[in-house]
Amino acid sequence: MTPEEISNLLRRTFGDAIEEVVLAGAHPYVVVQADRWPEVAQFLRRDRRLKFNLLRCISSLDLLPDDKLAAVYDLCAVPEATDDKPLVCPHEFAVRVVTNRGNPHIPSVADVWETANWHEREAYDLMGIVFDNHPDLRRILCPDDWQGHPLRKDYVFPKEYHGIPGTTEHELPSPRH
Amino acid sequence: MSWIDNRIEDGVIITSLDWAINWARTSSLWPVTFGLACCAIEMMATGASRFDIDRFGAGAFRPTPRQADLMIVAGTVTYKMASRLKRLYNQMPDPKYVMAMGACTVGGGPYFKHGYHVVKGVDLVVPVDVYIPGCPPRPESLLEGLMRLQDKIRHQTRAKDKVALANRDKLAPLTV
Amino acid sequence: MTDTILESKPDLLVDYDRAEQGDLDTEELLINMGPQHPATHGVLRVVLRVDGEMVLEAVPHIGYLHRCAEKIGESLEPYQYIPYTDRLDYVSAMNQNHAFALAIERLCGIEVPGRASLIRVIFLELNRIASHLVTVGAYGLDMGAFTPFLYVFREREMILDLFEATCGARLTYSYITPGGVREDLADGFVDSCREFLDYFEPKIDDYNDLLSFNQIFVKRTGKVGVIPARDAIAYGLTGPCLRASGVRWDVRRAIPYEGYERFDFDIPIGLPGGTGNIPPGVVVGDSWCRYYVRVLEMRQSVRIIRQALDMLADTTPGEIMAKKVKNLKLPAGCEVYLETDNPRGSMGFYVQGDGTTVPSRVKARGPSFSNLCITTHVCRNVLIADIPAIVGSIDMVMGEVDR
Ligand code: SF4
Repeated sequence: MTPEEISNLLRRTFGDAIEEVVLAGAHPYVVVQADRWPEVAQFLRRDRRLKFNLLRCISSLDLLPDDKLAAVYDLCAVPEATDDKPLVCPHEFAVRVVTNRGNPHIPSVADVWETANWHEREAYDLMGIVFDNHPDLRRILCPDDWQGHPLRKDYVFPKEYHGIPGTTEHELPSPRH
Repeated sequence: MSWIDNRIEDGVIITSLDWAINWARTSSLWPVTFGLACCAIEMMATGASRFDIDRFGAGAFRPTPRQADLMIVAGTVTYKMASRLKRLYNQMPDPKYVMAMGACTVGGGPYFKHGYHVVKGVDLVVPVDVYIPGCPPRPESLLEGLMRLQDKIRHQTRAKDKVALANRDKLAPLTV
Repeated sequence: MTDTILESKPDLLVDYDRAEQGDLDTEELLINMGPQHPATHGVLRVVLRVDGEMVLEAVPHIGYLHRCAEKIGESLEPYQYIPYTDRLDYVSAMNQNHAFALAIERLCGIEVPGRASLIRVIFLELNRIASHLVTVGAYGLDMGAFTPFLYVFREREMILDLFEATCGARLTYSYITPGGVREDLADGFVDSCREFLDYFEPKIDDYNDLLSFNQIFVKRTGKVGVIPARDAIAYGLTGPCLRASGVRWDVRRAIPYEGYERFDFDIPIGLPGGTGNIPPGVVVGDSWCRYYVRVLEMRQSVRIIRQALDMLADTTPGEIMAKKVKNLKLPAGCEVYLETDNPRGSMGFYVQGDGTTVPSRVKARGPSFSNLCITTHVCRNVLIADIPAIVGSIDMVMGEVDR
């Protein structure tokens, strides 16, 4: 299916839950309302025509000028093999879910795609988006006692961590360099 | 001809204690297997067929720090890893030596400016004997660094070294 | 899972069953494996909950090599970022360079000259071989075989020599940049490359004799860590890990890029039919298949390189860079997500431009990151000694797991 057909299908099925459709450019996507997202995700995953069974990536975005955070879900479909030929991707698509910056909450889709578990933890760790109903929402890359969410545009670099001096580029007297 | 010639029985070797101990130490530096990042691949290459670090007696990579006397810190040290690194260092028996391999361990390397999670040099965590620059250092540089370390060991003495003792107490504190 | 163990290690499981029924007193124990552990390939830490020899649960902890690659991506221009992509997956740096360069090209609509494209394919596949060689050697090391390690590094050094002659580096090449490649091939590259391929192809049989079909190796990896195709897709596995489960999915064919549709090659999957000498005791999707798919892929890479070398004759030397790629402005509001097939799986880059020369967001999807998240699922009710076999066969490079 082309991105246009997919977005039309989603529009028809979910109506208002699809807030915006962006088809221009190299990365067509739809914007889905945060609280309807699990429903849409289930549909994308299970619907016979779509069958988006592979969640490739969750990219978190900081839209600082709009005071929003967003998560971009990149999906593609791995078809069932019928013969010995290499599989060809029938369609790929992306979904963007936007939330506000002050209190960012997006429902988790870890029960739809298992791989979302770690990707959501990463988005939580680095961008601070809280995924509701996530089975195990902890920091994944930074240590548990890390302060702040590094990928936010207004993140301030740490001056020291447990007695080890941090970067000297940010007004810290240099220990050595 | 000096006064000592022809005074010792046949079959006796004489040497200074320092020389003998240093010789033993230089020729069997056992590194702990401690690859952190990209530099570890070059360290593996140094241990493999073409470069063969075994020629210098430093090829017996030990899985546990308790059997090793050389720690080649090969790769980027992050804040999360720093406390583990310190613990491994503390587990090594004396005498122990540390080689900082690669720009990252020398001073943060490519991650110096924007790496919020990277320790800007492993010498902020453990004392370092030899710095090997490069990103990654070629195996030849690692071997060169090893030979510099051996030079250093060769000149050590068993006599009291006040400077070294004083420096040892001044290690960077780590409160993890 | 349990059935698999029952078949391969019957005595142990009987004990374990009795223990479950309360015949034996057992106690659960937490064992910490890593971050410094010779069999975890870098700084992975796995916490094992064990009961005797049985692992009840394995929880991986990552982030010990978190090097802020994404933050750096939004602070530097694409050109300056290329060296950092080297350091994501440092075993296959060419492929990383290429994934990012391709994303930028797609974003800005840059056409790559034909010669550059062919050179890219040659280097990508050479790097794939080099990377799989490291995997094969290190996996052998994990399973207690030291000799293959020395053999594969011998061959790998030859590939590195080829790289070094052209781009001057052994590990971190920064060779493929947006718009093409940095330099033309070194003098005599084509001949020495052909010479290497002729030398290398028979060597694959050596590895098979030494390791792949070695009784001990097969016993240790066969039927261990079986991942069914459905799970593999749900957990986002890609690359050899997915193909070993019998799914013929390869981004080079599924969503072609860099003109891979020009080349004739097969996509090996787990338990290839018809090749005859598959040892008894392996099943689709087990650790042995994940290992062996890589060995088979090396052969296919050799095939691709040979074809690319032939095609190279029709191109003009020197045409290696697209025009107008200086001071690249990334169009505002444009974004792209692109995947390429790396030795470890699909490497994806999400790049968003904001009208300046610096992207406003760079997200790297490390294949090993997704591949690794299945660990907890497969490492249930296995023996402790199977953990290195499973984790090693997933073959992660922590650089791109933690980024
Ligand atoms: S010095 Fe360079 S090659 Fe070595 S770990 Fe750091 S980034 Fe990697």
